[in-house]
Amino acid sequence: MVQAPTTGTPGRRRAVEEPATSTEARRRAIRARRLRHGWVGLGLVVPAAAAYAMFVLRPLALTVQYSFYDWNGVTSSTWVGLGNYARLAENPEMLGSIVNALELIVYFSFVPVALGLLTAATIRKLAASRLALVSRTVLFLPQVIPLVAAGIMWTWLLASDGLVNQVLRAVGLGSVTRAWLGDTSTALPAVGVIGAWVALGLCMLLFLSGMTKIDPSLYEAARIDGAGPVREFFAVTLPSVRQEIGVAVTVTVISALAAFDIVYISTQGGPANSTLVPGLEIYYLGFFSRDVGQASALAVVFMLLVLAIVLPIQRLTREGD
Amino acid sequence: MSRTSGSPRVAVVASLGLASLLAATACSAPGTSTAEGGSGTAATSASGDMSCGTEDVTLSAYVETGFPLSAALFEEFTKQHPNVTFDVREDQFAVITQNAPRVLADNPPDLMRLPQVSELAADGLLYDLDAAAETFGWDEWPASQLEQMRVDDDGRRGNGPLYAMGLNFSMTGVFYNKELADQIGMTQPPATLAELDEVLQRAKDAGITPIAQFNGGATGGFAFPLQGLMASYGDPSEINAWTFQQPGARIDTPDNVKAAEHLQRWVENGYFADDVNSLDYSMMMSRFLEGKSLFMFNGDWESGNLDKQMPGKVGFFLVPPLEEGGQVGAMSAPLTYGISARAEHPECAAFFLDWVATDDQARTIAVEVGGSHPMGPADAFMPEVGEDTVTAQTLAAGATIGEANGSMEFIANATGAIYAKSWTPNLQKLVAGEQDGAGLLTAVQADYEREIGR
Repeated sequence: MVQAPTTGTPGRRRAVEEPATSTEARRRAIRARRLRHGWVGLGLVVPAAAAYAMFVLRPLALTVQYSFYDWNGVTSSTWVGLGNYARLAENPEMLGSIVNALELIVYFSFVPVALGLLTAATIRKLAASRLALVSRTVLFLPQVIPLVAAGIMWTWLLASDGLVNQVLRAVGLGSVTRAWLGDTSTALPAVGVIGAWVALGLCMLLFLSGMTKIDPSLYEAARIDGAGPVREFFAVTLPSVRQEIGVAVTVTVISALAAFDIVYISTQGGPANSTLVPGLEIYYLGFFSRDVGQASALAVVFMLLVLAIVLPIQRLTREGD
Repeated sequence: MSRTSGSPRVAVVASLGLASLLAATACSAPGTSTAEGGSGTAATSASGDMSCGTEDVTLSAYVETGFPLSAALFEEFTKQHPNVTFDVREDQFAVITQNAPRVLADNPPDLMRLPQVSELAADGLLYDLDAAAETFGWDEWPASQLEQMRVDDDGRRGNGPLYAMGLNFSMTGVFYNKELADQIGMTQPPATLAELDEVLQRAKDAGITPIAQFNGGATGGFAFPLQGLMASYGDPSEINAWTFQQPGARIDTPDNVKAAEHLQRWVENGYFADDVNSLDYSMMMSRFLEGKSLFMFNGDWESGNLDKQMPGKVGFFLVPPLEEGGQVGAMSAPLTYGISARAEHPECAAFFLDWVATDDQARTIAVEVGGSHPMGPADAFMPEVGEDTVTAQTLAAGATIGEANGSMEFIANATGAIYAKSWTPNLQKLVAGEQDGAGLLTAVQADYEREIGR
């Protein structure tokens, strides 16, 4: 297909204009020009490609390599084949961390996407009023705050004498107060709340920009057909921002699966491993157990899992084009 | 169209090819033998002259941030030996723990605050201090001071060459708030475990939080009361055997199970604050300093701080024995400093470590700034300490433990990951009611075997 006469490259066109002494000479000239162009292109790509290969592909390949060894990171290593992967399958702690990550998707992705849609639709109705500007800014603010700061702030809010419990006591719900991050049953949802709070701003902004592109006449038509605000939302707004939803879901799902900072700051995986996520487990394996091979094996498996989840999402939103 | 759909495939193939090419350059098994690397600078252990000489020397030091002791000692040492200066780098202890092997191998400091040494020594990363011990006569000190830093060929602690030294050695036990103790009629420290139980109950009945012990995140501070109870129920040397990875040693012995069940009863009776699983160390400290809890299981590294912030208001006692006058024990560990096997000035660093233990001024700093007992011979110089201070009480407790031979290494230091990955989650489960005392020890024993069996 590449060889087809309709390629339309500049080299090809000029070659046609030249007097054709022989087809052989012409073909050679074309090849020479293509090569020259190719070298220039290659020269432009090389610096970026080298950096990418050095700092992304090489570590990736090394991680795969390390996963076949028993290695403490310093002294000599032993080849163990698939041993690290086998141990992964039978270790409830490492598997549990993967389950926790999947559960975090609900809080880090579904909740902010749903709330983001709702707030964006509401703010759109407020149009250019000052209230819209203020609420947009306030909701986007968490996105600007470093995750570490957000984590610290929320550990104070969620502490046993923190603001959350103070409010609960003030409204007469003193019986449900607890150290939210210190209770094995509430710690993961509490961490999820922090993540949802952070991601909401990004989702809302994405949807808001998507909604500004919607042709107002669509809403007019819907209204003439007798659609209420709810019907309007599902029939017009939602289908129009499908692509933005795809982007938002992809970004937030990855952030849920790759969660580290918020969990590390707020619970460090505790209490009793109830908030242990793969990112944290890899870190513990690599730096505390000094078991680089096992950490790499978990990282490889987890990377494949992320791809297996994110690629279908990509396909779903692309097919709608 | 076929080109656009074809090019990503080409790109994938190309990048995979490139990646495998790059990996191939490093295709040999990862890691190097440190034994080879060490021999390159074998001069380290050869020269034998354990001093700093007379020429200018700059010792590179990698120390723990937030603890002023090392800085105070460095300053005094430079004052006495003007040819020696220090190039200091500081990090949090957690950072030092994670990076210790790499720092010792790649960026070798002359002096470094060390975590548990067995793996580092077994990897050949630490300078062998036996020659220095002989030169300076460290062999004549009480052996228990140094045994935690001796590692044999199999990576077990307790015997073998000396791989580190302490700037002082710490003591743990129970601090109490004297004002709150007065309120519930506790006029003197409990003499037996039963008395302690009774005091805890009285505090709870009076609406005072008996204990706010940190147990959140990756640092299960319940290991402090647990090990204290273990020493009351059983033999401290058996606990050490486990921590030092001696063959056949177990943590789930009947005595230890009784201790863990005792701790479980404390949890069930509500003697701990209800949010301990989210408390970190600094929160525990601030609650105690604010007078919000009666007891705190902690170590004498806080003595100086408590004397400054709550002068005269804090008392200290060791976890009491089962019967009056019975066996007592306490976690007691040197503030460990080591020298890299590839350090530039190991003799001078060793000289410094000896100076810390033997110089009167240095010993005074170890007590006044560090709050703990200095290393060295039992009859060495001791600075004067105010009678009413916690420091005086912790030093006295240290002497009691020395006589009772009850000093123990922290059970959390048995292996590199046992604290974060086994003790902590299991102690948190104990608090949450998802684990009982016996189950706790069985689980930790299983993790321990898995880790050292490899």
